[in-house]
Amino acid sequence: MNNFSNRIYVIGGIFVLVVLIFMIKLFNLQIVDDSYKLSAENNSQRQVTQYPARGLIYDRNGELLVYNQAVYDVMVIPRQVKVFDTLDFCTLLGIEKLDAIEMLERAKNYSSRRASVFLKQLSSEKYAVLQEKLYKFPGFFVQPRTLRKYPRQSAAHALGYLNEVNNKEIKADPYYSQGDYIGKSGIELTYEKELRGEKGKKIYWVDVYNRIKGSYRDGKFDKQPVSGKDLVSTLDIELQEYGELLMQNKKGGIVALEPSTGEILAKISSPGYDPEMLVGRGMGANYKALVQNDSLNPLFDRALMAQYPPGSIFKMINALIGLHEKVISPFTRFECHGGYYYGNRKMGCHHHVSPVDMRQSIMHSCNAYYANTFRYIVESPKFGSVNNGYDVWRNHVMSFGLGQNLGTDLPHELKGSIPSLDYYLKVYRRKNLKALNVISLSIGQGELLITPMQMANMCAAIANRGHYYTPHIIKSIGKEKSIDKKFIAKHETSIDPSYFPSVVDGMEMVVTGGEGNTGGLAAIPGLRVCGKTGTVQNPHGDDHSVFVAFAPRENPKIAILVYVENGVWGSRYGAPIAGLMIEKYIRGEISDSKKWIEKRMIEADLINQSEKE
Amino acid sequence: MTRRVSLIKNLDWWTILLYALLVFLGWINIYAAVYNEEHQSIFDISQRYGKQLMWIGAAAVLAIVILIVESKFYSAFAYPTYIFMLILLVAVLLLGRDIKGAKSWIELGAIRFQPAEFAKFATCLAISRYITQYNFKIHKIKSLFISAVILFTPMALIVLQGDAGSALVYSVFLLVLYREGLSGVVLFLAFIAALLFVFTLLWSKFTVLLIIVCTSLIVAKVYGLKWLSFVKAILLLGLGFALVWLIAKGVKVEISNYLILIISLGLSAIPFWVHTYKNKLKNVAWTILIVFGSIFYTFSVGYIFENILEVHQRTRINELLGIESNPYGSGYNVAQSKIAIGSGGFSGKGFLNGTQTKFKFVPEQSTDFIFCTVGEEWGFVGSSFVLILLLTLILRLLFLAERQRSPFSRVYGYGVACILFFHLAINVGMTIGLAPVIGIPLPFFSYGGSSLWSFTILLFIFLRLDANRLELLR
Repeated sequence: MNNFSNRIYVIGGIFVLVVLIFMIKLFNLQIVDDSYKLSAENNSQRQVTQYPARGLIYDRNGELLVYNQAVYDVMVIPRQVKVFDTLDFCTLLGIEKLDAIEMLERAKNYSSRRASVFLKQLSSEKYAVLQEKLYKFPGFFVQPRTLRKYPRQSAAHALGYLNEVNNKEIKADPYYSQGDYIGKSGIELTYEKELRGEKGKKIYWVDVYNRIKGSYRDGKFDKQPVSGKDLVSTLDIELQEYGELLMQNKKGGIVALEPSTGEILAKISSPGYDPEMLVGRGMGANYKALVQNDSLNPLFDRALMAQYPPGSIFKMINALIGLHEKVISPFTRFECHGGYYYGNRKMGCHHHVSPVDMRQSIMHSCNAYYANTFRYIVESPKFGSVNNGYDVWRNHVMSFGLGQNLGTDLPHELKGSIPSLDYYLKVYRRKNLKALNVISLSIGQGELLITPMQMANMCAAIANRGHYYTPHIIKSIGKEKSIDKKFIAKHETSIDPSYFPSVVDGMEMVVTGGEGNTGGLAAIPGLRVCGKTGTVQNPHGDDHSVFVAFAPRENPKIAILVYVENGVWGSRYGAPIAGLMIEKYIRGEISDSKKWIEKRMIEADLINQSEKE
Repeated sequence: MTRRVSLIKNLDWWTILLYALLVFLGWINIYAAVYNEEHQSIFDISQRYGKQLMWIGAAAVLAIVILIVESKFYSAFAYPTYIFMLILLVAVLLLGRDIKGAKSWIELGAIRFQPAEFAKFATCLAISRYITQYNFKIHKIKSLFISAVILFTPMALIVLQGDAGSALVYSVFLLVLYREGLSGVVLFLAFIAALLFVFTLLWSKFTVLLIIVCTSLIVAKVYGLKWLSFVKAILLLGLGFALVWLIAKGVKVEISNYLILIISLGLSAIPFWVHTYKNKLKNVAWTILIVFGSIFYTFSVGYIFENILEVHQRTRINELLGIESNPYGSGYNVAQSKIAIGSGGFSGKGFLNGTQTKFKFVPEQSTDFIFCTVGEEWGFVGSSFVLILLLTLILRLLFLAERQRSPFSRVYGYGVACILFFHLAINVGMTIGLAPVIGIPLPFFSYGGSSLWSFTILLFIFLRLDANRLELLR
């Protein structure tokens, strides 16, 4: 068989020949023919990320709340940096030479090949001058970016702020890269995906001096950025600003909702801050100042995150549950002689006529009436035991959206707390709950914790006579005007709508019921306002002043909660501020007869006063 | 223990050294091809170089396992391995995953592999086993037929997967058969066929036909046709042509020169047949047969080209031959690949400094077009070095194959060398515009576990056989 062994030379020869042909071709391509080198040798490409314009935010009446302003980051790729005129460069940018060297060093430490930010947020004017001379400084280039700008210095908590992404966020979503901005709170956070749009890229040919020579391959590989979607907020910025004015120098919050839709008309957390503080180069320092040096914690969004006992505004809920479970009727009367006595203890009440029926009990905010009602509910024989009675009661309460996340489109919403039966059984170390153990729940005290947003929503549910829509702050997204379906879903409370009118009667009497009413300062001439005061016991200082209200009585346009910390009485700050807000929203201005109240509210200073004490 | 020692002693360490060097260079270039300043670590297995590193490790383990196995195993299990691979190839048709138009991947959990890659060594084993059987005679129809079946079965299955490039590899076994005694004429005819294929596409039918006729006449003359007959033949042909042309003119039929030539050829062939039959001129008969064979062939080339090849295959061939030129469309890959390689110059732009390789000018940068990275970053010096390295390995394999006592090992060795060569020729050829774009990997260089492992298996089985080169395997 081996007689063909010569053929190795033929086969080997073919192999050698082919490789030889290849090498000749390579020689021709790589050495002889210059045409391939011509463009490639002195050129390289630079990929520039095209940042999309972030979506704008408008208020419900089309007022612009947030827009964008162009700034320019000076970027550097240290490896490409050649010796340059440092002095000229520094004067152009307005920085010190030593700083420049340090910044360059920092960039080098990060990476010599990767672009990093050399100087952040150069203004358009400085950029214009720099651009002319940029070719003298190879390795440097400019990356346009946008910053947020706020035409109205208002609604900072609701709008939220942006900051650079951190490593965790980059890992979680590969869309982001170092130096990108991302919404960190408020609308900017919830609607980040809608607002951010989509980054594009442009590839340029650049020469050795880093001058752009044109777009690479006629932009074949470029990607146009897609602008973010514009949002229309449910906020009424006039009302928002007015509320912030009324709340100045006070701690607390206001939440105003449109009962028929659940739209948030105003959301105030006081003290607040100017949204411009958390933008641009000053941001770091301002943030520090807001967090560390301000005991009032202005970044804390009280409307969503403060959890307070609701106080007497909770009495409507107990009245409604009592009526629904048929343990009382609107005409049921209880006596009250300065409070509710049980055993040798007493839950006090202020002076008012006695006995009172259900409507009057709301008007006078009678504590004894609700202690009785609460006992009638939980001790009702039809439930078999107080334990069961408490569970029934709790389920009714929860159906108003209390003690759970409402699911608003604002981040960091807290749940509040309607303690479970187990909780009490553990605390009292017994198998069967006693109504008197938890009697303070009857007047909205005790272990109840509710956020201002939930209180406002509860009021909206009463205004709607038994249902509510999840509160939300965005009306429509982008050109499609879409909105999450969960915001148009109706949530029914567990109380039959037929029980609401008598409670609403009581709430109207609170405002305009004549002698002995508690919320008279909320009254607006010619408008049927229904409300309820609350005075929440505060072991740390003056009691808190609370007021919920809605108006007009039929087809209510607004439901509002005002919570003023250390406001002493519900009638003192809560009621008048709520009245002013309602009038402002419905009428657009404050009637002359109420100007004095407006003046007193604006001038009231509870912060500096309480600090003096 | 003695066996282990002798194995280590008998292994061809030169080949292993070349292999390791090529794999290392391949990895370096994959790293450069997908290199991005944003990437963190070279061991990042989310990146291709990280994965390749993993696969190189696995290939090393595979190589050791192959070397440990008794060499008799490979000849004994040649057929079962081959059958098993055929089953896999059928399985991939039924269960495979579609990637870029080819249904050639099997998925087993997280592992994905290409049976077509592994079919190469199995087929190589099977054909070696068959050719070295006692009853095999190279020019017996039955032997040739069975060899063809062994080769065409995997080829057909791979074509069905939509991976025509990988199927073409099997054509290289023609060289192996040639070494085992297949007539050189077959090789020559194959060469002529290829040439004719190109001519048919490049020139008009008439020109090609004229070339065929003239060449045949010259060949016939060289093979002993007498001057008188030679002149007679030309005269006869000329007369026939003139006659047909005049008749066509006379009856006013629009008829192409091509057709006239064919008719006149047909006519003049008749007296030739009579003449050769009378005088028993074998050579002339052959010449006439070849002429008509060629004519038929050029017809079928046109047909195959237009009707059987797919559009992208057609445009790739047209691009290669310069019939079509669209550097931004169908010819984009090759145009960019040539720019990348051409811009490398004499000594290249340096490691990681390739500008064309960044920005993904050349698609499939790390797989089929890895040679661009070599060309751009290491220049003429680097790319020639790689070519010479590969050539050295292949020639070394030929040398090793010849020193086998066992024909099985020799045929297998030739198979390995020829497969490697085919990959080298097509892959490098396409990046520099000398071969059509056929997506097959560059051995040891291209990114991808399946191809690296397949070449490793192919090579190390031979090294194992070579370590026992003094034994006679049956």
